[in-house]
Amino acid sequence: MKDEPFYEPLEEVEPGHTFLDSTELTLNMGPQHPSTHGVLRVVLKLDGEKVNGLECIIGYLHRGIEKIAENRTWVQFGPFVDRFDYTAAVSNSLGYCLAVEKLLQVEVPKRGQYLRVILTELCRLASHQLWLGTHVLDIGAVTPLFYAFRDRETILNIFEGYCGARLTNHAFRIGGCRWDAYEGFSQEVTKVCNDLMPKIDEYADLITGNRIWKQRTKGVGRISGEDCIAYAITGPVLRGSGVRWDVRKAQPYCSYGDFEFDIPIGAAGDTFDRYLVRLEEMRQSIRIIRQALEGLPEGPVIARVPKVIKPPAGEAYCAIEAPKGELGYFVVSDGTAQPYRVRVRPPSFINLQALEKMAKGGLVADVVAIIGTLDIVLGEVDR
Amino acid sequence: MIQSFLSYLHSNVTPGEAGSLPWVVIYVLLVFLGISVGVIFMNWFERKVMAHMQVRLGPMRVGPMGLLQPVADAIKLLLKEDLAPTGADKLVFWFAPIWVVMTAFCSFIVVPFGRTHAITDMNIGVLFMLGVSSLGVLGVIMAGWASNSAYPLLGSLRSGAQMVSYEIAMGMSVISAIMMTSMATGTGTLSMIGIVQAQLQQHRWFVFSFFPLGLIAMGVFSIAMVAETNRAPFDLPEAESELVAGFMTEYSGFRWSLFFLAEYTAMFGVSSIATTLWLGGWLRPFPNLLAGPNWELAFSLVPGLSVIVLGALCLFRYTRMPRIREMRPEAVGLAVFGAMLGLLGLVQLLPGVRERVQDIFWFTLKVFFFMYLYVWYRTTFPRYRFDQLMKIGWKVLLPISIGVVIATALIAVRQELFALVWR
Amino acid sequence: MVEELKQVHGEAILKAESYLGQNYLVVDRSVCHQVIERLRNQFGYTSLTDISAVHYPKDELPFEMFWILYSMAKEDRVRIKTRFAEADEVPSITDLWVGANWLEREVYDMFGLRFAGHPDLRRILMPDEWTGHPLRKDYGAEQQDQAWVQKNLGIESGQ
Repeated sequence: MKDEPFYEPLEEVEPGHTFLDSTELTLNMGPQHPSTHGVLRVVLKLDGEKVNGLECIIGYLHRGIEKIAENRTWVQFGPFVDRFDYTAAVSNSLGYCLAVEKLLQVEVPKRGQYLRVILTELCRLASHQLWLGTHVLDIGAVTPLFYAFRDRETILNIFEGYCGARLTNHAFRIGGCRWDAYEGFSQEVTKVCNDLMPKIDEYADLITGNRIWKQRTKGVGRISGEDCIAYAITGPVLRGSGVRWDVRKAQPYCSYGDFEFDIPIGAAGDTFDRYLVRLEEMRQSIRIIRQALEGLPEGPVIARVPKVIKPPAGEAYCAIEAPKGELGYFVVSDGTAQPYRVRVRPPSFINLQALEKMAKGGLVADVVAIIGTLDIVLGEVDR
Repeated sequence: MIQSFLSYLHSNVTPGEAGSLPWVVIYVLLVFLGISVGVIFMNWFERKVMAHMQVRLGPMRVGPMGLLQPVADAIKLLLKEDLAPTGADKLVFWFAPIWVVMTAFCSFIVVPFGRTHAITDMNIGVLFMLGVSSLGVLGVIMAGWASNSAYPLLGSLRSGAQMVSYEIAMGMSVISAIMMTSMATGTGTLSMIGIVQAQLQQHRWFVFSFFPLGLIAMGVFSIAMVAETNRAPFDLPEAESELVAGFMTEYSGFRWSLFFLAEYTAMFGVSSIATTLWLGGWLRPFPNLLAGPNWELAFSLVPGLSVIVLGALCLFRYTRMPRIREMRPEAVGLAVFGAMLGLLGLVQLLPGVRERVQDIFWFTLKVFFFMYLYVWYRTTFPRYRFDQLMKIGWKVLLPISIGVVIATALIAVRQELFALVWR
Repeated sequence: MVEELKQVHGEAILKAESYLGQNYLVVDRSVCHQVIERLRNQFGYTSLTDISAVHYPKDELPFEMFWILYSMAKEDRVRIKTRFAEADEVPSITDLWVGANWLEREVYDMFGLRFAGHPDLRRILMPDEWTGHPLRKDYGAEQQDQAWVQKNLGIESGQ
């Protein structure tokens, strides 16, 4: 069935009003609701089912982490950084450590870099699985959530074996990784990759061909590539609209240049394409992990950094490709052991601005789908 | 008087037809009890099947294999605080759940579990069932209205609109099945028992007649019945509680459980219609082909044997349970349950009982086939958006069902048509 | 590129340096919008990456705003910084990138810097009636707007 608007515009009695014009209904999707990705409040202006306007009210999870940074030392701030995007804590850690290492002008040894890549890509897999489960649940299919979480558990077990924590890992230190790969790390990661590849196909089987899924996601939340750039959107949302940009390829960091992987691009910029982009990204992540495991060199995993980290005065901006988009850290140092300013460029915060554009003119039932497809984490939006 | 009471047992009609009031009362109580047990079982069944499809176990703790979970839920709901929103219309608020339960149960007056196992048999049986289940829509709208809040009202109107739209497709497919009843005798019947007897006479379940028309009609009906009962994938009005609350929002505790009861009863009701119309009602497989006293005996042993097999499974699981002290209540419960099932099965094997029970068994089995489909749909499919839902009801199912009606009619009178055309 | 900019704006481009391989321009407040526009239209820095500010209370011009732009064609980032006092208004770049809206609102919320030409300048992360701008250096790490807390959260101590 072709996707066409389900109402025909009525002839207008006076400009802008037809005889059936109803008053606009203001609906509040409050900070607490079931299809939540955090505490996000959306105020919808509805005309029947059609969304006329939308306003996001955020700040419910604002913890002032950037302010906290100014009262801790560089090293002490490391664990705080995980709490931004708590579903993919390892990439936050990576971004912060890369930024500080840039200021310190310290080079992480190759083994440390490869290990970082493996853990970051595992974290990308975990984050995308969480996204998949919750997004599909919002649209109504209750089963893939359990499959996705079952597979996410295997990845979280690896994190637990590596650093002791499943969710907010504090995996990396300034200068490299705190621990080397534990015994059996390689085998376990290989097993996870081998198990996960057919599982991704299983998700695709269960969801992609489903005609109800296609009807709910094709044409929903459409945004063009130019609009994405105007809204400063990055990440799978941008790639789903056809713009080929991935920080890992454009400005390779942490030896991503050594690995061969593709960047999936969507065509139509709707929810269905973003879903396919993220699925393909999961496959590419497995590819990267396999290459990194094969090529894991010997050597130390952490560089020699002084006990008290005092980067020389200056500033640097370092960006990585987090699962949600471009995660950037702008660090300003005044030569002391405490950061002068840590600014986090939050991909979810910037991507969320596009919610209004994407949901306007659509139906109320699609707002939930669009919030899911933007893949926001309120920890990052509010910091 | 005892004589007249017992004389019913020798008749071969339903109590309503026989005019025997005491037996009618007994049958009403039996049906009520049966449906309630069925709903309780469905609660457990749904949770277990959904869980297993979702790679998890479902209720395991409350009773052996979670069998007492529905009982625990029922007790919890009964003990909950009875809230009513301020400013709500008290009378309507109180009455709405009662109304839906009443209409859902009333439609079971004509459902035949066997030749004599129905409360009564009206000669407008199917029409009565469809009509009474349509009255349930009124209860839904009353519930939304009485909640004194914009969002339940909108949700209930949506729900009501959905139910009404799909009733039309249901009705059309029912018409095509009714037309098939007139094939052998030349006169059709709307009576539920008559429909099954027509299938018996025509040696064919209606789902297989005029292949594939019967199949399409049953398919349309089974999709429409899922939408009629507001179940996945058509459960947007009740699952979209984030945005527009469903009509059940303001109900809590016992009132909510009445809605729940009504929903599952309605599911049983429409599944019974589908079973009676297309799957041959209470008929055992191959009643005409495999006729004869030996076959009768063999088939009449099936209910008892299947219950005994279930009991044996329970006992087998009991032997596999870990023998530690903490698990003893569960293990004992499972063993007792298995023993009870075994005993029930043995009772069903007794000669006097097994003829009576056989029809009920086959009917229940077919109804549970539809119930399993319901649960399967819920686990697998995402939800349809409301406009897509209405589009399917009006633009897809209705034309298909009208087409099936026309095609069935043409084929039914094909001899007369040919005679007309080739004259 | 820097030479071209210097030709056009001359004195207003105060510094054009590179630290640790990252290029940045320090410009005067009066031309920052033109410079950004020129970078976007003429030199291909079509992506906006970030906008924020830093507070140097001991300096004469205490607030420093920075914009980070990115060019997909050149795969290069550039930072534009400008210094100004509290009372000055910085031009908003929402006319160039719609996405600058929330970023500038956050700078206003956290630092109290006003943007000229912003369509909807109000607080975004803090509650609307909050007084004080948290990321300034003279705002304590655990300081809260006691009146607001007392009124809205009912906590008597205001903390």
